[in-house]
Amino acid sequence: MKASAGGYARANDLREALDLLANADGQGRVLAGGQSLIAAMNMRLSTGDMLVDISRIAELAGVAEDGETLRIGALTRHAAVGADPLVKTHVPLLAEATGHIAHAAIRNRGTIGGALSHADPAAEFPACALALGASMEIAGPDGSRTVAAEDFFEDVFTTALAEGEILTALTVPKQRPGEAQLIEEVARRSGDYALVGLCLVKRDAGHRVALFSVGATPILARACMARLDAGDLDGAVTALQGEIDPPSDTQASAAYRRHLAGVLLRRAMARLTGVPA
Amino acid sequence: MTEMFRDKIDVEITVNGEPVEARVPAGQHLIDFLRQTVGLTGAHASCEHGVCGACTVEVDGASVRGCLMLAAQADGAEVWTVEGLTERGRIADLQAAFIAHNALQCGFCTPGMLVACDELLRRGGTPSRAEIREHLSGNYCRCTGYEAIVDAVETVAKARAGKGAA
Ligand SMILES: Cc1cc2nc3c(=O)[nH]c(=O)nc-3n(C[C@H](O)[C@H](O)[C@H](O)COP(=O)(O)OP(=O)(O)OC[C@H]3O[C@@H](n4cnc5c(N)ncnc54)[C@H](O)[C@@H]3O)c2cc1C
Ligand code: FES
Ligand code: FES
Repeated sequence: MKASAGGYARANDLREALDLLANADGQGRVLAGGQSLIAAMNMRLSTGDMLVDISRIAELAGVAEDGETLRIGALTRHAAVGADPLVKTHVPLLAEATGHIAHAAIRNRGTIGGALSHADPAAEFPACALALGASMEIAGPDGSRTVAAEDFFEDVFTTALAEGEILTALTVPKQRPGEAQLIEEVARRSGDYALVGLCLVKRDAGHRVALFSVGATPILARACMARLDAGDLDGAVTALQGEIDPPSDTQASAAYRRHLAGVLLRRAMARLTGVPA
Repeated sequence: MTEMFRDKIDVEITVNGEPVEARVPAGQHLIDFLRQTVGLTGAHASCEHGVCGACTVEVDGASVRGCLMLAAQADGAEVWTVEGLTERGRIADLQAAFIAHNALQCGFCTPGMLVACDELLRRGGTPSRAEIREHLSGNYCRCTGYEAIVDAVETVAKARAGKGAA
């Protein structure tokens, strides 16, 4: 099907983008990489939007070091996140996750800010942001604010972003010595959305486990994390399976997803410790 | 300020090395602009939601889905389609290998496949069969020519690597 847009305007900088959104009579819609939005428009899931094309705003793209954190601009494309030397060194989880997102041609246009704002419960980057304890920088008509990843994802395709606001960057703590980060997922075809996926970050302060494709939002598996901290993998698998409530759909049943979550946790721990699961 | 939103946008796009000026509807896909306005019907529009890869073209040096990019967004961009890549001879060896290995049957997926393969081959090195499959995982071939396509790409990668070393 063909997309139906209400109108199109290209913003040259953040200020202009915010002004355009403010003046779009509630019909404004940010267009970043378009890899989810244009697909939705093509399926007529979204019609009549006043598109505010932010994809050329250079100040919103790129990766920079800022002390103990890495700041990743919202418009940094998936392919650029995956190839960035700073990301590879300091946040290897994001680099590894990129390889699981869609296909090369889609990664060439999709942006990390778009993936976080879109908040597909099956997407990799939102779960990574949770596992890493990242924060979201948001600009609005009245200034900027920062929201922790844990408070950002509210429901299916719903985030803490208010109408008229733009996600400008993701700030992530750099990996510290001795820290480990990895992602495991099962998908039906390479590049498809995961049936279930799991991000694992092991820090001095303890384990962090985030799952995706198991509910309305990515989730932090706190009970599971506590069992891992106690060195109890079997207990962690049981805890994990108890704290998720995955959907049943044409792709997989809830029971199968719950089973896979346990398998992925064992795989991740085996990779982390070098001890086969 | 809603008048700042346009339903027709003036664009200047370099298509296959030639400048093209046009006024495009806000929601028009790049692939439809290329096929219907510019008359380049090599790349195809099929699923129109990013899944099949038939619409893959090159924009500013990278492969993109022509169905997930608006023509309005291509203003100022350099676009190459299979027609232009053919004329330049950049993929002549790849095209010859596709024919030699019977990697195309109806040919519907072939333009998108060639653009995707070209991107992989331009990275240099000799990708493994697994890497070739991974890179082409976003392109469906309804005639299921996959095995032959991987053969063709592998042959070209090896030949180009040999050439580079010689
Ligand atoms: C075939 C296919 C397979 C895919 N597979 C995967 C996959 O396996 N994993 C995965 O994670 N994703 C997948 N995707 C989605 C892809 O990763 C998208 O790039 C991503 O979800 C959206 O990013 P975008 O920049 O293209 O955003 P857009 O499509 O431009 O926007 C998406 C939404 O976010 C809003 N938005 C975008 N940027 C901002 C911003 N800075 N501030 C506020 N709001 C904003 C838009 O208004 C829109 O509502 C797939 C897509 C396709 C077509
Ligand atoms: S038509 Fe664009 S991916 Fe199928
Ligand atoms: S050759 Fe027919 S679709 Fe691939």
